[in-house]
Amino acid sequence: MSATVRIPTILRTYTAGAGEVNADGRTLAEVLDSLEDNHPGIRARILDDAGALRRFVNVYVGDDDVRFIGGLDAQVAEGTKISIIPAVAGGAHH
Amino acid sequence: MTAVVDTDPAPVPGVRAGAFGNAAHLVCRECGAHTALGPFYACTECFGPLEVGYEFPTITRERIEAGPRSIWRYAPLLPVPADIATFRSTDPGFTRLVDARHLADDLGLEQLWIKDDSGNPTHSFKDRVVAVALSAARELGLQVLACPSTGNLANAVAAAAARAGIKSVVFVPANLEQQKILASAVYDTTLIAIEGNYDDVNKLASEIAAEEEGWAFVNVNVRPYYAEGSKTLGYEIAEQLGWRIPDQVVVPVASGAQLTKIDKGFRELIKLGLVEDKPFVIFGAQATGCSPVAQAYRAGQDFVAPVKPDTIAKSLAIGNPADGPYVLDVVRRTGGVVADVDDETLVANIQRLARTEGIFAETAGGVTVGVTAKLLSDGVLDPEAETVVINSGDGLKTLDAVANRVGPKITIPPRYEAFIDFWKDTNS
Repeated sequence: MSATVRIPTILRTYTAGAGEVNADGRTLAEVLDSLEDNHPGIRARILDDAGALRRFVNVYVGDDDVRFIGGLDAQVAEGTKISIIPAVAGGAHH
Repeated sequence: MTAVVDTDPAPVPGVRAGAFGNAAHLVCRECGAHTALGPFYACTECFGPLEVGYEFPTITRERIEAGPRSIWRYAPLLPVPADIATFRSTDPGFTRLVDARHLADDLGLEQLWIKDDSGNPTHSFKDRVVAVALSAARELGLQVLACPSTGNLANAVAAAAARAGIKSVVFVPANLEQQKILASAVYDTTLIAIEGNYDDVNKLASEIAAEEEGWAFVNVNVRPYYAEGSKTLGYEIAEQLGWRIPDQVVVPVASGAQLTKIDKGFRELIKLGLVEDKPFVIFGAQATGCSPVAQAYRAGQDFVAPVKPDTIAKSLAIGNPADGPYVLDVVRRTGGVVADVDDETLVANIQRLARTEGIFAETAGGVTVGVTAKLLSDGVLDPEAETVVINSGDGLKTLDAVANRVGPKITIPPRYEAFIDFWKDTNS
């Protein structure tokens, strides 16, 4: 499955300035693995040391906040748009 | 975690000296890393939220009291230039602190004050934060003032941009109260209605903020400056009480920024020696239909699980509150709680405030008064302690809330007999 991932400004140093990149995977976790293969270092900025989504990052699969649809296990359909957005100030753990 | 940087980063090019007054840097609230004062809101190290850090000189009561009757009297405590009052803004703040003795009697409280922020230029506390964001936008050379909004903020942004003579774009949920939509559109802003709730609008705004150079999304990319505007609520309460911090404050919680900044304002006044150092307790108030922070408080958690809002208190309907975790920190540190009341109760408390004090609050004010009553009857709020309740907005913006609860007592023909029949009946 191929998805389009929107990259926030502060992570574009990993994507040579690109605001949108392609990545593969059936779940969000797999998409982040694919992202890491092509842009080494980027995954550790999105996930914490325990491998969970960082507290101040919001990730959307389509229009859905992944915290409502299974977190890293969220299903990713072919052609889905994924957005990674810094939480405006706080955000949530789970 | 990253080590705290001791020296401040180089300033952003093109920004004049003194553009941000006594502000020295942006500091990450999570890892402590410093960032230059610029259009930044997320830490490049850990995504944590940035807030303004200061190096304050000596600031006296006399100097503040000699200032204008607006938030600009506190300019030395804000990230704004010393000449801020010479620029065109809505000059918000210095709203009345009402001695609410009838409501106090009704509730069984010794001493109660209402900080009535419906008296701001666009009738909510948002004029405070927008005025500071507007200054940051101007100093950073940003040309468009924008926001995602539950309504009050859109009103404030549209009006402030009109006053400053700059372009504005506001994004609101399409299902917002008509009063709030019209009260923004009248300023000839570019108002864009989004088919979704506030959290959807917020997400879209963050995406646009990442792509559009020259835009100041007041509560996104200039949020660290914007949020500082709410400190002025704390400063004013203390100054209006005769340079004294009250024992208890009840604050509405949407994003939670207002509550955390009132706390920050009180602590700064203590640190600067402008008020006596004494304990104070801060309570947070939410509507049950959107109460993620109250739920987290009760569950003993230090994080906030997002919810899908379902309440008539639309100005508080933020399901994923940005400052939620910090609200939990503040209420627990000061000994307060976060509690909630349902829509029925909040409407009854809009009426209670109007009936006892002649103050018509919007739904958020019904929430703060309702939570105050609830915490008193639960024995959580101290009835003997001096209490301040925030009313953050004007009831004329949320007329629907009371539309089928109040109205004419009777409709009669224009004849004296008809009137006197009714009057005798009601007074017999």
